[in-house]
Amino acid sequence: MANNLLIKGGRVIDPAAKIDERMDLLIEEGRITKLAENITAADDVEVIDASEKIVMPGLIDMHTHLREPGYEYKEDIRSGTRAAAMGGFTAVACMPNTNPPCDNDSVVFNILEIAEKCACVRVYPIGSVTKERAGINLSEMGEMKRAGAVAFSDDGSPVSTAEVLRCALEYLKSFDAVLIDHPEDTSLSQNGQMNYGLISTMLGLKGIPRESEEIAVARDILVANLTQGKLHLAHISTKGSVSLVKQAKSKGINVTCEVTPHHLVLTDEAVRQTGYSTNTKINPPLRTEEDVESLRRALADGTIDVIATDHAPHHIDDKWVEYDYAAFGISGLETAVPLIIDKLVLPGIIDWMRMAETMSLNPARILGVPGGTLQEGSVADITIIDPKRERAVDPRTFESKGQNTPFTGWRLTGTPYATIVGGKTVMLDGRLL
Amino acid sequence: MALKGKDLLSLQELSQEDMELVLSTARSLKEILSRPIKKVPTLRGKVICTLFYEPSTRTRTSFELAAKYMSADTVSISASTSSVQKGETLADTARNLAMMGIDLVIMRHSVSGSCHFLSQILDIPVINAGDGMHEHPTQGLLDIFTILDYKPGIKGLKVAILGDIAHSRVARSNIFGLTKMGAEVAVSGPSTLLPPEIEALGVKAFCRPEEAIEGADVVYVLRLQLERQSNSLFPSKREYQDFFGLDHDLLSHAKEDAIIMHPGPMNRGVEIATDIADSPRSVILDQVTNGVAVRMAVLYLILGGRE
Repeated sequence: MANNLLIKGGRVIDPAAKIDERMDLLIEEGRITKLAENITAADDVEVIDASEKIVMPGLIDMHTHLREPGYEYKEDIRSGTRAAAMGGFTAVACMPNTNPPCDNDSVVFNILEIAEKCACVRVYPIGSVTKERAGINLSEMGEMKRAGAVAFSDDGSPVSTAEVLRCALEYLKSFDAVLIDHPEDTSLSQNGQMNYGLISTMLGLKGIPRESEEIAVARDILVANLTQGKLHLAHISTKGSVSLVKQAKSKGINVTCEVTPHHLVLTDEAVRQTGYSTNTKINPPLRTEEDVESLRRALADGTIDVIATDHAPHHIDDKWVEYDYAAFGISGLETAVPLIIDKLVLPGIIDWMRMAETMSLNPARILGVPGGTLQEGSVADITIIDPKRERAVDPRTFESKGQNTPFTGWRLTGTPYATIVGGKTVMLDGRLL
Repeated sequence: MALKGKDLLSLQELSQEDMELVLSTARSLKEILSRPIKKVPTLRGKVICTLFYEPSTRTRTSFELAAKYMSADTVSISASTSSVQKGETLADTARNLAMMGIDLVIMRHSVSGSCHFLSQILDIPVINAGDGMHEHPTQGLLDIFTILDYKPGIKGLKVAILGDIAHSRVARSNIFGLTKMGAEVAVSGPSTLLPPEIEALGVKAFCRPEEAIEGADVVYVLRLQLERQSNSLFPSKREYQDFFGLDHDLLSHAKEDAIIMHPGPMNRGVEIATDIADSPRSVILDQVTNGVAVRMAVLYLILGGRE
């Protein structure tokens, strides 16, 4: 078996080693065995010409909804991981709000077994914090961790109370796993459809105040400090959340956080401009220019650790309805990389190194999974990007079953060129192999 | 004609010029309502469908009569007695109706933006007869038409809108319409019923009604929409009436010749005292008559005229 691969002439970005140089990469038996200039290889080695391309450690999406088991009509492990591969991701961590929820080790085993058969990228299950995600009793997180869960979250909903959060963060210390909270005070956001403000007033849609997120962010930070547990905040969307996280980090509290591509590029104006398109309906909602600016700065200055897609695929039947009745979420795996490159990297808001940190190294470190580096000996999960290739977003071409995107027709420069998982090329030049 | 074949979804999206066209057309069509035989052949052969997902007395009857006075045929669908009860989606209901050859749909729906959604589904014109908390454009037009029955012009006129601004589509259509025509609009209600950043729409907001009403030419009282409200917006109807309902004390802050308006249906003794609603200064029933004229104008401008 010729599992050997040579990636030639690419601009190699390694955030772990702080390398940004034109180099070749040799991959043998699923691992990176040589990183050097002008590697010459045997004839039977497959070569990928990466000149004019960016080579970085495989991107890891730490916030994906694969929908299986239970909602296979929206997405399944096969289609979701194909979407991931197309989008340049070598691994995804899947949220437990399935049916049944991933709240015990049998569901973790089930997901991993299906992934083994039909996933084309790595799948890391996230277990629920509480049984049935009901917010009352802790789920068997130790057994789930042993079965292969990498983190714990009640995502879709916040961890119900400060006391449940306190217990979960304490309990998880025995298992060295991160708790990912979806920060939302649901009493303030109840029945909300979009950001609370001028646009919600104009459109007559019930608003979700920024404070519904910020109250929860503040609570979570305080409880993280109380417990000294390991906390990660999912999809923060407001300037206020950024400043709370910044303050927490400056006090040395163990907290990390993520932002989605859509919160970095869209505002609540999109709801109005699209004439109430339900593809703009998302939780947390699209905020304002001020928030977008603050999130971008925080991503650049290190306050925000991770870009995660919150890939939330939905069937057209769940979206082609009145705004209030539509499901929340955006199908994000196949637009994340082009959006980040076109809107953040090429304009100089972040550089390639920061992109690799926030989409590969930091997710790997937070979840405690392999990847995030291209150093010799490390696992050969690699993403190659064509920084010049422009493409228009067309959801009809998505591998994801969810065509729910607000970016249809956007022409974006910067396209994933190859996705390599464990030395195996799973996507090359827009085609799954 | 500027409105021909178009949707009427909101006053926010309607130009001042088109608003004035509707008003002047309504002015000439209103005369038909006082004829012994109220029938002109203008829309003969046109089929108009009213599709109502919420209850209505005035708006629906007003649209249907407007259509009938101009010889259009009408069909009416109520969600409560249609296949909506069997779970049919709005998109399916609308497409099925369109396949039967209707020329225009008038829809009321409890969800904001539903008429925009409908207009994306159908190729025929859509008129918004009230969508959630968003807009009720023909109500806004008939209110402006009614004000012009009593006041020389809209520009510079002081209009106070009182009550549940947050949940009111009537408030939004009036705010967009009146400010576009140059009125000085003040809105007032308990702050729990004022939506965020409302002043950015070009109005002044007050949480004490007497401040909003000071020197007003028009006092517009909104219905307290008990069906749209959560529990903690105000303590009781009694306390609401006491501090925010329009009574003689409150009305004394307005100009002597101020007119009183209300879109109906009224909660008598809650947002408006009965003797004020029935007083000579009340033009509430004129609004109803004018509603027919304005809707005739809208239907005529969208559907009528030569092809």
